[in-house]
Amino acid sequence: MAYFGRRFLHMLIVLWAIATILFLLFRLMPTDPSIAHLDPTFTEEQRQLVRAQFGLDRPLFEQYLIYMKNLAEGEFGLSFRQRQPVMGLVLAVLPNTLLLTSSALIVAYLFGALLGASLAWRRGSLFEKISVPLVLATRAAPEFWLGMIVLAIFAFGLNWFPSGGANVAGARYASEWERIFSLDYLRHLVLPVLTLAIYLQGLPALLMRSNMLEIMREEFVTMARMKGLSERRIMLRHAARNALLPLVTAFALGFGQSVGGNVVIENVFSWPGLGRLLVDAVANSDYPLAQGAFLVIAFVLVVMNFIADLMYGLLDPRVVHGEH
Amino acid sequence: MASIELPHIAAAARPRAPGLFARLARHLAKNPSALIGVSIYLVFVLVAALAGSIAPYDPIEILFTEDGQLAASLPPSAAHLLGTTNLGRDVFSQLVLGARPSLFVGLTAAVAVATIGSAVGLVAGYLGGWVDRALMRLADLVLGLPFLPFVIVLVALIGPSLQNIVLTVAILLWPNAARVIRSQVLTLSQRQFIEAARVTGAGEWRIMLVHIAPNIVPLAFLYGSIAVGWAILTQASLSFLGFGATDTISWGTMLQDAYASQALDREQFSWFVPPGICLVLVVLAGFLISRGYEELLFPKLGEG
Repeated sequence: MAYFGRRFLHMLIVLWAIATILFLLFRLMPTDPSIAHLDPTFTEEQRQLVRAQFGLDRPLFEQYLIYMKNLAEGEFGLSFRQRQPVMGLVLAVLPNTLLLTSSALIVAYLFGALLGASLAWRRGSLFEKISVPLVLATRAAPEFWLGMIVLAIFAFGLNWFPSGGANVAGARYASEWERIFSLDYLRHLVLPVLTLAIYLQGLPALLMRSNMLEIMREEFVTMARMKGLSERRIMLRHAARNALLPLVTAFALGFGQSVGGNVVIENVFSWPGLGRLLVDAVANSDYPLAQGAFLVIAFVLVVMNFIADLMYGLLDPRVVHGEH
Repeated sequence: MASIELPHIAAAARPRAPGLFARLARHLAKNPSALIGVSIYLVFVLVAALAGSIAPYDPIEILFTEDGQLAASLPPSAAHLLGTTNLGRDVFSQLVLGARPSLFVGLTAAVAVATIGSAVGLVAGYLGGWVDRALMRLADLVLGLPFLPFVIVLVALIGPSLQNIVLTVAILLWPNAARVIRSQVLTLSQRQFIEAARVTGAGEWRIMLVHIAPNIVPLAFLYGSIAVGWAILTQASLSFLGFGATDTISWGTMLQDAYASQALDREQFSWFVPPGICLVLVVLAGFLISRGYEELLFPKLGEG
């Protein structure tokens, strides 16, 4: 419980620090954040009025206090361009990002764990010699380029899947659930998930392989061999099972990182998610929206890191008791 | 006398320094993947250096065919090895010149990450106390930032030049290097040759810079080599998203151009496949070198 409390406090401090860094970044920049969206035909008086509306005419420290109070209340302000609450815009696309990320991670980790296990099983074989550099190459490939190849082949060449978006334009659904579970949505989800999974599978594959190789050197595996158990049984029951544990924490960490990393994939496939929202907001100098999208991405990352820490503690009790 | 003792200690402080390059060469011969990585780099460095004479055309020149037509979207031919873009520019020339910004970003980011990481790791590990705690908390915080979103926001605010991209990558990547170097410094401080230096009256700064610093160079090099790939991929991603330097042709801007000009729809594979392959090769080369180098530094990890 003390471990939990300490990690939780740590998480809150990190969140506070990130929010502060972001505040300073946007406020201390040489350009006035409100200028960009203002029409050049505005008079000085109108300009001042808009600045006052956004609270930009007050002293920096006062702005900071207001900003922190608002964040604590979940109030992210109004988007400069859309004139809508940032929170609403962010929450509207959040499910798309979470769904994309979790589907891709599940595919990637299932495939990666199997691949890694078979690489360890056949260590030294030709299969392993070819696969390891190939897996490394998938980690070296830019995600957006993989996405472009996938698009050119499956969307434009074969015409199997749509080339972008999350739903056919103009489609109406009774509820968010119905939209997400419609066949149309799933068809749009396939290519971005495939691309992201190709990129993500490398880490679990390499991790699983090295975990298995390490475990196979341990005494209980030798013991199992001496008992005369079949190699297959030793691999599945003993080595693979134990090698899977570290993958659980890697999954949680990967989830947090991927929500931020999806920025590129979402833009290639015009997937209406957080990353695309962030890029559009930054490109249009819509600072409140950019700030809100960034904070939510950071929030997911920090919370997933916290969950990974907790799982690590649950799986390996030494961490909880040893740390001070 | 200190003046007599010093040469001894200096030699003890760098016991492996003279042998390192010889070991490196021998190791490279035994480690085919590292050798492949180094060869790929050499080829690309050569291409970047000679880009001006290799590229048959000016990469942004709009070309016309002999009968005065715009040479747009031509398929690969002897005159245009990889065809032309939809605006009549030579893809091969762009590809060759695109090696420059990628290598520039990768190598300068490596130097920056290695330098900041070493400086912070040395100071934190050697001085300890509140300096150490503050620097390591800062490292934790930076590692908690979402990488690409932070780069996007920062580059949008400070301007999209190549130097600024290197700067943001360095700001985000130094903590990994600093943490490992710090713990190496902690171990080194306990070693006898440091004790010996202290006994002879060497000052703290002298111990830090003359006796400890040379021993962390291999680690700094390792983390620098890891940063190469990250920086190149980041620069390409930023260009693709439209936040890159608009005045330079890089593999990232080529891909962005191809994507925005419906090259995918028209199946102009010769336009958008080669820049991606170049990116994969350069980043993969970085991976192979750092893996090989890691095995050299920590031989036990290489087994299995």
